[in-house]
Amino acid sequence: MTASLFRSMLLVFAASVVGSFGAVFLKLGAARLNGSLLSFANSRLVFGVALFLGSSVFYLLGIRSGQLSVLYPMVSLGYIWTLAWSRLFFGEPFTRPKFFGLALILLGVFFVGLGSK
Amino acid sequence: MRLTSIAASPAKKRPASRRKGVALVFSCTLLGAAAQILMKNGMAHFAPTPVALLTNIPLIIGFALYGVNTLMLVLALREGDLSTLYPIIALTYVWVTLLSYLLLREKPSLFKNIGIIIIIVGVAALGRGNRK
Repeated sequence: MTASLFRSMLLVFAASVVGSFGAVFLKLGAARLNGSLLSFANSRLVFGVALFLGSSVFYLLGIRSGQLSVLYPMVSLGYIWTLAWSRLFFGEPFTRPKFFGLALILLGVFFVGLGSK
Repeated sequence: MRLTSIAASPAKKRPASRRKGVALVFSCTLLGAAAQILMKNGMAHFAPTPVALLTNIPLIIGFALYGVNTLMLVLALREGDLSTLYPIIALTYVWVTLLSYLLLREKPSLFKNIGIIIIIVGVAALGRGNRK
């Protein structure tokens, strides 16, 4: 593995972690909506959107040097982190359909990555 | 200003509410795919000048769709489990791949085709688990 690929993988890995926390904050912010348009400007939603933007920056920096077939599927690692955070922060149960569905999605994205040269 | 339709938030989520969450994320994936294709199109004649940016309609619509997309994701997240709804976003890969074949004339690839079928099965498995 070249140093440049390792650097790209680190960046995309960071993008997946930052993005998964973005999802957590969007969920936290969503619970604060009260029907008023102003409630969309709550700190949790704003922070969640900022994390999503930050995640995109890491991702774009990461994929700049190519090797999409490796890097593209790595973004979907974020779904695994989100599964863990969902249980940790929101007490959502781990269920068989969640593991099974997620495993298939990761496999599918891996294949899409293989086809993206 | 009140948005009463999105204000209702039962403490215990009923199946109809959970289906609404899935339907919203599903719509998100369609919008997200359209946004990606538009932005790719817009980046093809990207120039870092104000006039070029303000007249780059595909790029502007693409960004706007991302905004709407995020808004809908937030509304969806009120309706169900994050761990069920969030991975559904992977359907975006399916639409982007199909739209790239149709609109960007990309050559179909066996690996991509296998991949998008597996993603669809995976999302279906997640969705079925959500019904119980």
